[in-house]
Amino acid sequence: MTTITAETSAPARPRKLVGAGRRQWVGLLYVAPAVALVTVFFIIPLGMTAWMSLHNWPLMGEHSFIGLANYWAILRDTRFWNALRFTGWYTLVVTVAIFAVAFPLALFIERPRRLTGFYRTSFFMPAVIGFASASLLWSWLLNVDSGLFSPAAFDLGLTEKKVNLLATFQPAFWSIIAMVVWKVAGFTMIILMTGLQSIPSELQEAAMIDGAGPFARFRAITLPLMRRTLALALILSVAGSILAFDQFYIILRGGPRNQTLTAVYWIFNQSFVSFKLGYGAALSMILLAILVALSTIQLWLLRKPEGVD
Amino acid sequence: MAQARSRSSRLRLGIAEHATGMIASVLFLAPIVWTVLSAFKPSQEARLPPLPPWPTTGFSVENYGTLNTFGDGLWLPAQNSIYVSVMTVVFSVIVSVLAGYGFSRFRFPFKDLLFVVILSTIMIPFQSILTPIFLVLTKIGLHNTLTGLVCVYVTLQLPFSIFMMRNAFDAVPREIEEAARMDGANNVTMLIRVMLPLVWPGIVTIALFAFLGAWNEFLAALVLMTDQSKFTLPIMMTALQSGRFGAIDWGAVQAGVTVMMVPCLILFLLLQRFYIRGLMAGAVK
Repeated sequence: MTTITAETSAPARPRKLVGAGRRQWVGLLYVAPAVALVTVFFIIPLGMTAWMSLHNWPLMGEHSFIGLANYWAILRDTRFWNALRFTGWYTLVVTVAIFAVAFPLALFIERPRRLTGFYRTSFFMPAVIGFASASLLWSWLLNVDSGLFSPAAFDLGLTEKKVNLLATFQPAFWSIIAMVVWKVAGFTMIILMTGLQSIPSELQEAAMIDGAGPFARFRAITLPLMRRTLALALILSVAGSILAFDQFYIILRGGPRNQTLTAVYWIFNQSFVSFKLGYGAALSMILLAILVALSTIQLWLLRKPEGVD
Repeated sequence: MAQARSRSSRLRLGIAEHATGMIASVLFLAPIVWTVLSAFKPSQEARLPPLPPWPTTGFSVENYGTLNTFGDGLWLPAQNSIYVSVMTVVFSVIVSVLAGYGFSRFRFPFKDLLFVVILSTIMIPFQSILTPIFLVLTKIGLHNTLTGLVCVYVTLQLPFSIFMMRNAFDAVPREIEEAARMDGANNVTMLIRVMLPLVWPGIVTIALFAFLGAWNEFLAALVLMTDQSKFTLPIMMTALQSGRFGAIDWGAVQAGVTVMMVPCLILFLLLQRFYIRGLMAGAVK
């Protein structure tokens, strides 16, 4: 009986409801506010970005059509390419670092044991505070006089004098990496945990009976079955890092010597500091193209395994 | 004998695991605890390196007082942040409950297209369309207003929250609805009386994400709110930390960061399962 009901109702999901055509149009009213908001604050601005990128568009005064001149200017804008290169390097390093921390944590909290709830909550706590709060917090911890790290290292005799971690590129860069890993690892951990939990335990047990060691099981079962989860965690981390701004603005102001300007930071500077709105729009189009390409790769990576719905 | 050895080795493994877990927990919690505790130091002490993190010359709320003397004080930006976050919650819930219901229960022209368009905005970084958003807000007279910021935040929440609500409504059996319809309920009473009680876990989830999103957002607020009296907490605190109001008072920064973090932490601890639910729903689909 139940199977019959399931079979008859399943294929008819976009089923016609009671009532005729008129009632169905009502649906449009329900979605209208959402559609209006998305149109005004997303679709139109998106079109405007493309349009503005073809213009010389100062904040005040008239704008003028200049064709692709902004894009030609981008080709010669070495500082933009430097920013893009830095963003790419940061994305690579931070993603590897996040996974290196989050994966062991996910394996750790996935096994039920006493205190698992406590561990999971504490690893996740930094993920719910904002990037701005976290950046402000770490800008204090990293401060040379009033902070924690430099004075502590000096007091412990690790350094001869208090070292300003934010004054040179390498320590500044790795400080940001540490801060972001602290902030984001718990988030990635939860995503990875959902993937781990979806692996049937019978598979692991069967492999164990067949004599597969923990490493072999991880490689032959865990990793392949987690492909979609891994892809999702990877994409979230990559997309988030490419758009990084808060931490570099708040902690480093793009310094030392403008070496940590990210792509979004450069667009921000061009648009809202120099007020070259048209040029900023052209830069945004480049960023947009990169992110859309990423999303396409994402859809491909997230495709359902063949034969499985 | 062998059994005893295996029991003791299992015990040792357990201790090692919990030691690892504890050390990792301390590493993740330390920066938060450090800040909250240090904020309670008297001004003089708060300027020194936080070793130890707790106040040694007596607890004090002096830093919160100092924080209140910068710019427009602490209360105004806090008020702005609360207003923006609460309004974002209210409107994103209303808009996405309506849209979720519409997408789940009605057939209408362009339904699938509209749904895909709304969802696909999640792939477009809003960072790349901030300038036009600024111009649009100016055009419709919401430039430099908190209401304008709320509109932007609500829009940013929509793909996730409409997706959540559509799924929540899809999970409600149609029989319930048909029974209510027999009793003469119309669409609106149906939605409010019959459906809402059944989808409220989804509503809590999207409300939580909307609050955290709006409370913590930085770049849009930085760009769109140019008037100091419209600053939200992250913008005001960044201005303070950049030395805009004179010498940087790290005690005030600790106090401000505490004010920014604590609501998020409390909400998360109270509503943890809804948060994880939302993440999972996003991860599985």
